Amino acid sequence: MTAPIPPAKPPDPLSGRRYFLQGVRDSLPFLLVVVPFGMVFGVVATEAGLTVAQTMGFSIGVFAGASQLAALQLMTENAPTLIIMATALAVNLRLAMYSASLAPYLGKAPVLHRAFVAYLLVDQSYALAHAKYEAAPKLSLPGRMGFYLGSVALIVPMWCVASYLGAVLGNRIPPGLPVDFAVPITFLAVIAPMLRTLAHVAAAFTSVLGVLVLAFLPFNLGLLAAALLAMVVGAQVEVWLARQRAKGA
Amino acid sequence: MDYSTAEIWLIILALTIGTFLLRFSFLGMAGRRQFPDWLLRHLRYTPVAVLPGLIAPLVLYPAATDGQADPARLLAAAVTLGVGYWTKNVLWAIVTGAATLFAVLQFTA
Repeated sequence: MTAPIPPAKPPDPLSGRRYFLQGVRDSLPFLLVVVPFGMVFGVVATEAGLTVAQTMGFSIGVFAGASQLAALQLMTENAPTLIIMATALAVNLRLAMYSASLAPYLGKAPVLHRAFVAYLLVDQSYALAHAKYEAAPKLSLPGRMGFYLGSVALIVPMWCVASYLGAVLGNRIPPGLPVDFAVPITFLAVIAPMLRTLAHVAAAFTSVLGVLVLAFLPFNLGLLAAALLAMVVGAQVEVWLARQRAKGA
Repeated sequence: MDYSTAEIWLIILALTIGTFLLRFSFLGMAGRRQFPDWLLRHLRYTPVAVLPGLIAPLVLYPAATDGQADPARLLAAAVTLGVGYWTKNVLWAIVTGAATLFAVLQFTA
């Protein structure tokens, strides 16, 4: 094997590889969130009584941390199976919104590629890809795909590894540690930066008040009812704010 | 938790399929259809509509203290929310919130 290496082809500015690496680089800060979050899920899941295989089933199959923790919380409350499914899927409704938002950029890709993109769609990959596609509207389809795959190349495996570590180490956590509060703290930390507008704050307050007032409803239905109410309040406040702004302008 | 192994796997399977369908919904249609505005406006608020309600009872009536409001946990929750709101940094919010809980529980133990 002494043959000289053939000269490289001139770099193709449209090739996906360059954008893949860019996606990897842009995703690095998100690892600081994904890894602890994955570990929290792993710990809480095994503490609640799931096996390591079931914990990994959640993290690899469902692959959406907030809904996984929501399902787990309802499971520890022995909620009916259908309520668990409905509530966890309600948490994931936003993924349909992300799907609608990325479809115009990736719609021309083959259907299997789009299915792969869909499976990997999480808050982080959506945020990175949407920002990139808006900033570089002339990016080719391979470039868009490359960037997208790069943005999840580390996040996805690290999420699974972190869940696994949490699940395995969770059994060795000394008793007496307030593990019960890992879920509220994680969710509060996720919610707080979302409270960007009055509409978001109003929705959050409605959700809390609704749950407390509707606690009498059977089958843990209070949360679903409160969430629907909170979505309506958020949307209405948004409309109201837009009208106020139009008046002021 | 009183679920059979089959029930747990059923939940995992249903959520795997359901979540994938939500993700694939519009990508699957190749961008040929758009959400009506009023629906998008409601979907925008799903995370802040579901998650606060999910944790409110856990913060106010923790099972670890037999459902009695617990000052250490209330304070930790307030710190997490405050730091998350002001820094917009999820990791900092988790770290400071957990540290607050550990510190208060240590000093009051």
